[in-house]
This record gives sequence, structure tokens and C-alpha cells, in this order.
Amino acid sequence: MRTATPLALAALGELVVERAGVINIGLEGIVLGGAFGALLGAGSNNLVLGFAAGCVAGLFIAALFGVFAVSMRSDQIITGTAINLLVLGLTGALYRGLYGATGAALTIPTTGSVPLPLLVRIPVLGPTFFDQPPPTYLVYLVAPVLWWWLYRTHAGLAIRAIGERLESVRVSGVNVPRWRWITLLVGGALGGVAGATLVLSQSGTFAEGMSAGRGFIAIAIVVLGRWRPIGVLVASLLFGAASALQYLFQAMGWNVPYQLFLAIPYVLTLLALAGFAGRRIEAPAALGRAG
Amino acid sequence: MSGPAPAADASTNRWRRRIASWMSTGTLAAVVAVLSLALLWMALRLAGFDATLALGALWRGSFGNWYALTSSTLVRATPLVLTGLAVAIAFRAGVWNIGADGQLLVGAALATAVGLAWGDALGWAALPIALVAGAVGGACWAGIAAVLRTRFGVLEVISTIMLNFVALDLVGYLVRGPLQEPSHAYPQSNEIPAQMHLPFLIPGTRLHWGFALGVCAAGILWWAMRSTAAGFRVRAIGANADAARIAGRVDVARTTTRVLLLSGALAGLAGAIEVSGVTYALYENISPGYGYTAIAVALLAGLDPLGVLGTGILFGALEAGALSMQREASVPSVVVTAVEAALVLLLLAMSRRGAAARVIGRFAGARSPSPEEAL
Repeated sequence: MRTATPLALAALGELVVERAGVINIGLEGIVLGGAFGALLGAGSNNLVLGFAAGCVAGLFIAALFGVFAVSMRSDQIITGTAINLLVLGLTGALYRGLYGATGAALTIPTTGSVPLPLLVRIPVLGPTFFDQPPPTYLVYLVAPVLWWWLYRTHAGLAIRAIGERLESVRVSGVNVPRWRWITLLVGGALGGVAGATLVLSQSGTFAEGMSAGRGFIAIAIVVLGRWRPIGVLVASLLFGAASALQYLFQAMGWNVPYQLFLAIPYVLTLLALAGFAGRRIEAPAALGRAG
Repeated sequence: MSGPAPAADASTNRWRRRIASWMSTGTLAAVVAVLSLALLWMALRLAGFDATLALGALWRGSFGNWYALTSSTLVRATPLVLTGLAVAIAFRAGVWNIGADGQLLVGAALATAVGLAWGDALGWAALPIALVAGAVGGACWAGIAAVLRTRFGVLEVISTIMLNFVALDLVGYLVRGPLQEPSHAYPQSNEIPAQMHLPFLIPGTRLHWGFALGVCAAGILWWAMRSTAAGFRVRAIGANADAARIAGRVDVARTTTRVLLLSGALAGLAGAIEVSGVTYALYENISPGYGYTAIAVALLAGLDPLGVLGTGILFGALEAGALSMQREASVPSVVVTAVEAALVLLLLAMSRRGAAARVIGRFAGARSPSPEEAL
């Protein structure tokens, strides 16, 4: 669950974005930017400020993506790839510029686990799910809220319609750029918090390119989760478990080729896409198309 | 989007339009490059670095002298040119191969495996066989995405990204498992036999024959895209897949599959060349994201193979110069990654208007024509 938390947050954000027909490859950059923002924000030992700064950084990067991919209707894949490179370069340079060439031994306090009263006493499941750092509880909160937003409100209907029937929706007078902007900002905020979680709840420090592909994993999770909030949660746990196994094997000193375990979720995603793992899944029809 | 032009009109204007398009692509690329460097200068000034010294170092480390040009810029440019070509031809056909990085890794791994297993037995033939093995490896990796696309309708954007990570994990496993050097101390393979090393192109430098292969590939692809039926089919699909299928009776599935295979082969060749020309062994981090930088390389070149040669060298220069910038002016070298990104974003912003809009719009817009554009 601990390794799954940032993945789930980022994936839930990307889920909303993709339902509106936008594929934000720049999520990797958003997570990395969120991590860096969290580092800056938490400089004065203020964890809340750290999470807020990570969130703002994510919003800012998502807005940059929106300017190009939504407002200027540039290609989403190209914009996203460029944003990833931009954030990787900027955070790397700023980090070395601000904290010295090595950046050694820069640690900031992390959030400890906060066991939830009562719930933690549930046998087996309790300690796993309810004795976690606060961001994990945010996942529990965000997933149902997003589900409700997407499936039980007019806004959600508009968003899903944009993702599936772009032309009809535009003809019927829905403001496509507006909704895409809203979903992008939601995705950016969640992606930023996901990055902040990496710094403030896990590593306690920043490293160049520390998002290490988690943004891309989150995109895989959205696919594997069949573009549904509950599916995304389950898929996050699967990916989280795969990378947790890696640490376990390393810690136990077992000579197991853990890289092969790391590859499993990606292979599963590909199989799921191809329809081998259960029902064939369909991406939102308008995914990747300019609004 | 303009309507279909009459055939005679198109043929008389073809050359004029081609030259105009080249000029506008070239001009745009130059303007964008200069703007990005100006941005870098300002950013360095603001960050408190000696910006003039840094840019001077960038120049000295890339084009400033013969050794820097040949031994760093062009060596660095080689994989960028090849992966840039891989991306350019795929994008030209409207195939979103984001997986050049994974294809490069698999190519490098297969070339190394072949070299270590049979390098001594094969003698002089080992090098060409290893290069072919690299290309085959890359093509197979891209072939997975091709099958997923044509048989199962999986978006290649997503599948190639997934395959990048699978390839990374695969190489990580190989250098710690079957291909690890005998002492098992480092995550890397043994060195490949000496007769498999690519010979140096210019004596006294580190520039190897791989660069010449890259130049040849660019020339051949430029000619093929321009003058062959296959090249025409690729361009037709990229412009409008439905029109190509209905009016041109182009087998879209077969052509996109072939383009993906060729694209993967080029990226795999880049990997094999890195192993046999630069590193002489397989490392986990043999690619510092060449396949991703390649997207910027291809776009800045307007997806033109000869243009890729130019932008590949430009990006090779940036990355080579970045190292000397870090040495001399202690500017972090990763900053050039941001410069590369700024190049792409500026290009996107500027291609919104002006003549160059066609160059990018041709493929970016072709995939997603909106009703306003279609009307």
C-alpha cells in the first residue's frame, strides 16, 4: 500500500484527464515537479507546506501542458514528452544549483504512519490499509469522490462525453477546452501530491529524476484499471506490490531476478489491452485528439 | 486542411513547395535554436552563473575544436540520428512510436549477446552479424507493438511506452544474470571481443563508423521517402489513413506494421552501434533516454530524414557541450535537457502560425482533424 499510494494518486488524476480525451504523458514531469516542489516547500520543516507546494508545482506544470495541448491544440504526445524533458532538466539543474553539486545528506523529516483508530484493529487488513502515512488516506478519500464526480454529476457526464463523442458534444454546446482544463488541473494537483508523497512520506530527500517512471506507470495503471476509479485502485496495488517485492528480495538478500517481477505489471497491462486478460478494454474514443 | 489538389497542379508545384517547406523548416529550426540558447543565457544569468563563460564552454565542448567535434559531438550524435530517423519515419506514417528507447536497449542487448556467445567463433563476420542482430532485436521489440496495433487495436502510444519499461527491466536482469561479467561485482556484461569493435572513422579520434552508417541511413531514407512507392504510401497514410486506404488502395495495416518494424530496426541498430562503437559492453544505463530525445530531434527536423541528420548533430553538440559547461562553469549538465524541451515547445508554439504550420500540422493535425478544419 505504501508504494502504491503515489501511483494511485497520480493514476486517479490521469484517469480523469483521460476520460476527457486528453492523454497527458507529461504526468511523469508533474510527479517529478511535485516532488521538487515538496522539497522546496518543506524546507522549513513544514510538512503541510511541503504537500501544498508539491500540489502547486503539479498544477503549474499541468497548466503549462494545458496551454499547449488544450488552448493551442498542439499534439498531446509531443507536448507531454517535451514537458517531461523540461521538468527533468529544470529540477535537476535547480536542485544542483540550490543544494550543491552532490546534494548529499539533504534530508527532511517525513510523515510517520498515522494509525486510524478502530479501523487498524481489523485483523490482517487493518495494519496494511489503516496504519499508513496521511497521503494514503487521501487515496481512500479521492477515489470515491472522483467516482461520484464522474458518474453521478452533470460535470462528470460532460467529461465522459467529451472523451467518447467529441463531435456530438461540441455540437451540443459543451465547452470542451473548459472541461479539459478543469480535468487537467485536477490531474496536476493529484500528480503533484503524488510527487510530494515520494519525498515527504517515503524517501525524505530528493534525487534527480526521482519519479523514475512512476508517471508512466500511473498511465499504465489507468489502462489496466480500465479507466475506472475502482479498477485504478486495484491496479495501483498490483504495481505497488510488484515494486515492493523488489525491496523485499533485496532486503532478504535473495538472488532472485527481481527485474523480471518489475516487468510483470507492464506485461499484464499489455495483455489486458490486447484482451487476453478478461474482457477487451476500450480506451476513450477521443483519447489524444485535439479539442 | 486544404481539399485534394488536382494531380497535374500538384506535380508542377511539387518542387517549389518542397523547397519552400525545406526553407521554412530550416529557418524555423534555426530561429527556435537561437531563441532557446537566448533563453538558456537569460536563465543562467538569473540563476547567478557566469552565462557567457557557460555558453563559451558549451561551444568549446561541441564545435569549438576538431577533437570536441569528432570525439564528442558526432559520437553523441550517432544514436540520436539513428533513433531520430526511427521516430521520424514512424511519425510520418502517423505511427506514434514512443518506444525507440526500448528498441535501442533490446538491440544493444541482442548485439552483446551474439557477440559474447559467438564473437570469437565468427571472426571478422562477428561485427556485421552483431549489427544485424541489433536491428533484428529492435524490429522484434517494435513488432510486438505492431502486432498489438494491427491485431488487437492497441494504441501504439501506450504499448511502446510499456515496452520501454519492460526492455529496461529486461536489460537490468541480463546484466545481473545471464550476461553479467564473471566476477559478478558490477551490473554490466563482459567486454565484447576486439574484432567486434567498430573501427574508427578518423584516426586519432573516437569517431567510429557508426556515424557513417547513420549518415547513409539518413540519405537512403530521404531518397526512399521521396522517390519510392513505399515512401509515398507512408506519407499518404500519415496525411490521411482513410483516404489512403479508400482512394489509394493502400494496405494501411501492412504499411504501418512495416514502418514500425523499420523504425524499431533503426533504433535497434543504434543500440548495437553504441555497444560496438562506444561502450564495448552492455550496461543498464547504456541509453540516457536517447529514444525520448529522438522525438525532439525528429520534430525539430520537420520529420525530414536529412533534417534529422542536422538536428541530431545539433542535439549531440548540446549534450557534448553540456559536459564541458559543467566542468568549466559548474553549470549542471542536465540543464540542456530543459533546453531541448524548450526547443520543442517553442517549435509547437511557433508552428501554430506561419508557413511552418503545414510541416507540423501535416501529421499532428492529420490524425485529429477537427470539424472546423475539415469543413
